[in-house]
Amino acid sequence: MSAHPHPEGKLPHEPERATLEGRNKVLGFWLFLGGETVLFGTLFSTFLALRGQVGEGNPTSHELFNLAMVAVATLILLTSSLTSVFAIQAMHKERVKAMIGWLIVTVVFGLLFLGLEIYEFAEYAAEGHRFSTSAFSSSFYTLVGFHGAHVAFGVIWISILVGQIVKKGLTVVTAPKIYVAGMYWHFIDVVWVFIFTVVYLMGKVG
Amino acid sequence: MAHEVPVKRYRGLMDWLTTVDHKKIGILYLIAGGFFFLVGGFEALLIRIQLWKPMNDFVGADNYNELLTMHGTTMIFLAAMPMLFALMNAIVPLQIGARDVAFPFVNALGFWTFFFGGLLLNLSWFTGGAPDAGWTSYLPLAGPTYNLDHGVDYYVIGLQIAGIGTLIGGINFLVTIINMRAPGMTFMRMPMFTWTAFITSALILFAFPALTVGLVALMFDRLFQANFFEAAGGGNAVLWEHIFWIFGHPEVYILILPAFGVISEVVSTFSRKRLFGYSTMVFATVLIGFLGFMVWVHHMFTTGLGPVANALFSIATMLIAVPTGIKIFNWIFTLWGGSIRFTTANLFAVGFVPTFVMGGVTGVMLAAAPADFQYHDSYFVVAHFHYVIVGGLILGIFAGLHYWWPKMFGRMLSERLGKLTFWTFFIGFHLTFFVQHFLGLLGMPRRVYTYLDGYDFNELNLISTIGAFLMAFGTICFLVNIVVSFRKPADAADDPWEDGRTLEWSIPSPAPEYNFAQTPLVRGYDALWKEKMEGHGTMSPAEPAGPIHMPSPSILPLLMSVGLFISGLGFMYADNDWPNPFFSQLFGTHIVAVLGLAVTLGCMLIRSLKDDPGFHIDPEEPQLKGVKA
Repeated sequence: MSAHPHPEGKLPHEPERATLEGRNKVLGFWLFLGGETVLFGTLFSTFLALRGQVGEGNPTSHELFNLAMVAVATLILLTSSLTSVFAIQAMHKERVKAMIGWLIVTVVFGLLFLGLEIYEFAEYAAEGHRFSTSAFSSSFYTLVGFHGAHVAFGVIWISILVGQIVKKGLTVVTAPKIYVAGMYWHFIDVVWVFIFTVVYLMGKVG
Repeated sequence: MAHEVPVKRYRGLMDWLTTVDHKKIGILYLIAGGFFFLVGGFEALLIRIQLWKPMNDFVGADNYNELLTMHGTTMIFLAAMPMLFALMNAIVPLQIGARDVAFPFVNALGFWTFFFGGLLLNLSWFTGGAPDAGWTSYLPLAGPTYNLDHGVDYYVIGLQIAGIGTLIGGINFLVTIINMRAPGMTFMRMPMFTWTAFITSALILFAFPALTVGLVALMFDRLFQANFFEAAGGGNAVLWEHIFWIFGHPEVYILILPAFGVISEVVSTFSRKRLFGYSTMVFATVLIGFLGFMVWVHHMFTTGLGPVANALFSIATMLIAVPTGIKIFNWIFTLWGGSIRFTTANLFAVGFVPTFVMGGVTGVMLAAAPADFQYHDSYFVVAHFHYVIVGGLILGIFAGLHYWWPKMFGRMLSERLGKLTFWTFFIGFHLTFFVQHFLGLLGMPRRVYTYLDGYDFNELNLISTIGAFLMAFGTICFLVNIVVSFRKPADAADDPWEDGRTLEWSIPSPAPEYNFAQTPLVRGYDALWKEKMEGHGTMSPAEPAGPIHMPSPSILPLLMSVGLFISGLGFMYADNDWPNPFFSQLFGTHIVAVLGLAVTLGCMLIRSLKDDPGFHIDPEEPQLKGVKA
C-alpha cells in the first residue's frame, strides 16, 4: 500500500510495478492513452472530412508540403522513441546515469522536432496557409498542432523528471513516473506515424 | 514507521476543500449535483409555465431558448452525472473491499473541475445571456455567424472544463475496480452496481475525448476564426452532429447503466433473493456498453445520410432492446417469489421497471427510420427521452439515495416522507410526460416557445404543467426528509436494512475514513450474505490488523480548477468590446488566460515535485472512526 522505499537499498526487479501505486499509475496511464486515442482519432476524422476544403486561391496540400523536411522530422522523432527505450532499459538495469543520459538525448530530439515544426508552420503561414484560411487549414493546424503541443508537454515533463531523478535518485516512487513518461513518448511517436502517412504522404501523393 | 512525516489535517470548511477521501468527495458530488438538479428543475418549471396555455408571454422567445438549452445541459452534465458519481464514489470502493480509490488526488481534481466548469456555465446567466442553441449546440445555429453573444462560449469552455473531471473520474474508477479488489473478489463476484460503474467508466473513457474535440473545434471557430463548421470557409455542419452524437449516444448509456446497477442491488436486497441471472446481467451490461457506441446515427436519420445508413443504424439500435429486455426480465424474476419489502428505495426500483419499459418501447418506435421522419423534433421525442432519463435514471438515483443514505451519512431517512416523495414524484412524472407522447403525435414541435389555440394542444399542455409542479413537490419532500434526518443523531446500524448482501453493509455506517480496518476475504458472490447464511455474520479478514496508510489532503485540486476557470474567462473575453482601456488591455493580450493556465500548470508542477508520503491511521483509535458528515 504505502510508498516506502525498499529497505536494503536494492531496487526490485521491475521498480515501476513494485508498489500498488506504481501498478495503478501504469494501468491508469494505459487507460488515459486509450482516451487520447479517441481524441486523436476524432481529430483525424475531422481532418479527413475537411482536407479537400481548400478555398479558391489558397495553397493545396500538394503545393504546400515540403516532404523532405517532414521526413527529417519523422526520422528525429522516431529515433527519440528508440532513445527512450534505451532509457527504460537502463532503468531496469539500475544504470541511473545512463538512464539520465538517454532521457536527455530524448528531450534534445524532441526539441529539434519542435524547432522543425515551428519553422514549417511559419513557412506555410507565409505562403498564405493560415489557421483561419480554410476548413483544410484549420483542421491541419489543429491536428498537427495538438500533436506538437503533446511533444512540447512531453519535453517539459521529461526534463522535470530528470531533475527529480538527480535529486531523489531512482526509487519505487520515481520509477513509475519515468516508465509512464516513456509510454507517453511512444504514444506521441505512434500518432506521428499516422500524421506522416495520413496528412503528409496522402496530402502529397493521394 | 520509518519515515513518518507529519501531515497537516484540516477541519471544518478547509477539510472539505482539501479532502481526498472518496466518501467525502461523494458527498460533495451529491451536494453540487443536487444543487444543479434544483437549478435545472427550476428552469424546467419556467419552461412548463411558459407552455401552460397557448400564446403565453411569460418568458418570451429569447429567454425560452436559453432556458431550454440550460435545462438540458445542466441536467445531463451537471446534475445527473455528478449524482451518479456521488453514488459511485460513496459505494464502489466499499463494494469491492478497497481501502481507497486508485487516485485520491485525481478524484478530488475531478470533482473540482466539474464544479468550476458548472459554475462557469451558469455564470452566463449573469453576464449577458446564457447559451441558447440547444443542449446539442447544433451548427450553424451555434456558430459565430448566427450566434453573436457569449452564451455558446460559456457552453464550449464550461463543458470542456467539466469534461476533464468526468474523464479522470472514469479512469480512476476503472483502475480502482481492476487493481484494488479485495482478495477473492473476482470479476464474476462483483456486485452489479460495481459492474455498471465499471462499464460506465469505460464508456466515459471512450466517449468524452470525442466531445472534447468537438468543443475545441467549435471554440476555435468562435474565438479564433477557424472554419471547422463554417460553410463559407469550407466547413461542414453535419460533422458537428457526427462528433456530438458519437459522444452523445454513449452518454445516455453512461447515464442509465449505473441506474440499472442501483435497481439490481435494491431489488435483490428487498426481495431477500440473489439477483436472478447475474451472469446474463453482466453480459447484458457489457453488450449495451458496446452497442451504445454503434448507434449514434439514429439521432441523424433526417439529416440525409441515405437509406443504407439509416437502415443499418435502425437495426443496430433495435438490437439494444435485447440486452435491455434481459435485464427487465431478470429484475422481474428477482422479485418473483421473493419476500418483498416495499421500502421507499424498493418503491422507486419497482416503479422504475414499467416506466423504463415504456421509455424503451418508444425508443424502438423512434429507431424505425421511416417512422422517425414523422416523430422527429416533435414532443414525442421529448416524452421518450424524459421517460428513459427521468423515469430511468432519476428514479434509479432516488432509489440509490434512499438505499445508501444510512451508509453515506449514518442516518436513516424517514420512510413516511420517503413514500410521499415517491408517490408525488412518480405520479407527477407520468402526468407530465405521458401526455407529451400525444402532443407529439398531434404535431406539437419541440423547442418552440409557444403554440396557437385550436390545435387540441391546450388541455394536454395544462396537464403536463400540473404534473411538473407535482414532481417539484416530490423533490421538496425529499429535501425536507434530508433536513429532518439531520436533526436526528447519526445512529444507523452497520446493516440497517438487515438484508444487506454486499460488502458495504459489513462496516460501520457511515464508513470510517479507511473503509475496512482489515481487508475482507471474499468467498463468493453476495459476500456478506454468504457469511450470514453460513452463520458467521461478519466477513473474515484477509490480513492482520495494522496501521493504515492514507493519502494527505491537498488544496491543489481546487486551485487547479480555479486556474482553468480564470483561463476560460480570459479566452472568452479576449475580443470583447471593453469600455475600459485597462480591461481591453488585460483581456485583449490574453494575460488573464495565460495567468489562469499558469496557475493550473504551476499546481501540476508542485504536485509532481512534492512526493506525498501520506500518514498512517491506527484503526484502534476510537476518535478517528466515521467520516464526519
